[in-house]
Amino acid sequence: MYRETQIIKETSPGIVGETGEFTINVGPQHPATHGVLHLVITLSGETIMKVEPHLGYIHRSIEKMCESLTYRQFIYVTSRMDYLSSHINNHACALCVEKGMQIEVPERAKVIRVLMDELTRIASHELWWGAMAMDLGAFTPFFHAFRERESINEIMEETCGARLTMNYNVPGGVMQDLHPDFQRKVKEFLKLYKSKIHEYDELVTGNIIFQNRMKGVGILSAKDAISYGCSGPTARGSAVSSDIRKVYPYGIYDKLEFDEVLETGCDSFARYMVRIREMQQSIRIIEQLIDNIPEGDFQAKTKAVLKLPKGEFYTKVETARGELGVYIVSEGGTTPYRIKFRSPGFSNLSVLDHIARGSKIGDLVAMMGTLDLVIPDIDR
Amino acid sequence: MSVKQNTANDFPGQIHENPGGGIVLSKLDDIINWARSNSLWPLTFATSCCGIEYMAVAGAKYDFSRFGFEVARATPRQADVIIIAGTIVNKMAPVLKRLYDQMADPKYVIAMGACAISGGPFFYNTYSVVKGADHVIPVDVYVAGCPPRPEALLHALISLQNKIKAGMTREQIRTDKD
Repeated sequence: MYRETQIIKETSPGIVGETGEFTINVGPQHPATHGVLHLVITLSGETIMKVEPHLGYIHRSIEKMCESLTYRQFIYVTSRMDYLSSHINNHACALCVEKGMQIEVPERAKVIRVLMDELTRIASHELWWGAMAMDLGAFTPFFHAFRERESINEIMEETCGARLTMNYNVPGGVMQDLHPDFQRKVKEFLKLYKSKIHEYDELVTGNIIFQNRMKGVGILSAKDAISYGCSGPTARGSAVSSDIRKVYPYGIYDKLEFDEVLETGCDSFARYMVRIREMQQSIRIIEQLIDNIPEGDFQAKTKAVLKLPKGEFYTKVETARGELGVYIVSEGGTTPYRIKFRSPGFSNLSVLDHIARGSKIGDLVAMMGTLDLVIPDIDR
Repeated sequence: MSVKQNTANDFPGQIHENPGGGIVLSKLDDIINWARSNSLWPLTFATSCCGIEYMAVAGAKYDFSRFGFEVARATPRQADVIIIAGTIVNKMAPVLKRLYDQMADPKYVIAMGACAISGGPFFYNTYSVVKGADHVIPVDVYVAGCPPRPEALLHALISLQNKIKAGMTREQIRTDKD
């Protein structure tokens, strides 16, 4: 059953042809791939000629699983897809079911969802920041990032019951009401975060070694970003307006004041700056909402067994990585006939070959870091 | 001359104190196991969600360097313990086996999270998930949870240390027989 995969045998390292080009494998087990991504890189000296990603090392057949789970059950599996923005994944699925069932979500639930979304986004970007700095050889940022991230995890644990895979959204609202300490804890977090945010710039952003490694590396033009289907901070680093929260608002995002972060640098540093500035926009959203959580139900009254009418339903949300689309085909039963997830990581990974060609092998890690790949999100 | 019997966590053996020095009475195996258990280098092997909690344990709040685990190695040739953090799928299984084979003896395995124990949430209705990492390589310690809390992983790491001190890991039992 567990045979050695053919790809590894075929791509064993060695010189290919008379040109002196040779291939090396990065991954499947490699700390910089953030999971189990296998890259076959063709090199000429130190210059990258081609990057070929091989997927499937964490393909868990989530889409197929969802076909045998009911509309209440399948949301939990999607937490494990892009686990860093698991709440936003659940939000997308809940929205799609609600669209099909035409459930009106109470205002309180909408606010809670957006609050949790933004907290998740900050936690995700924090981890990205720490992990990316670690890929580039700086270990300290990792500890700084996890210091703030842990306080978000505590907030999540109190209200949702889990630190990482929250499973807090249900069709019609959220699973339970907010913890009584929620507002106090979030305000404490905001205070802590604001007192520490300058450290991020002092440690990494302003660091001249870091800037030299990031600026002018991994150029992705706006045209290419669109044609490859990039979304999220990867596209916005090339000044492509693609924030679903702004372009196709869902929840209560159309009533909130925040800016879509755009950078015009088109390089790795631009993508880095988008995420750093996005964290501050998330703080802005949380500050607007934390004192204005409306009273009322946290969950709409729904039937015990959900049956979506026959048809096709599609919703999209902005996760920490970009546009996540959920496409449900229903035959009218209690389980979906087919589910397709349009995950942001897959399109963002496809651009790696394009931006890496012609640059040095040492820069590959910097490029991969700013694409912010989560492999289970790509493989699903 | 006094004889001190140490507790399980301290140095194994009896110390006979003499004027101008002392004599240690112990078994060589015990001393080797004691030394090994306090400096375990984990392999950075994280396939999915549990890897994030593994990183949290490496962070300052939980900090597994208190127990001698902080030297995370990227290459299996320098690692002692492999923490399987995440799902193993059919395509990954031969890679996991190869990584395990590349590690130098003695080597230990911790299965972290429901997926590595039994397939977890991906047990039913999937065609690609290995239903437990112990189908591929032998496992010494299992940690339940989806994902486990950092404290649970710390407990697993300490359990592994105790197991090594007692000489009860699979690897040690196998070598004793040889």
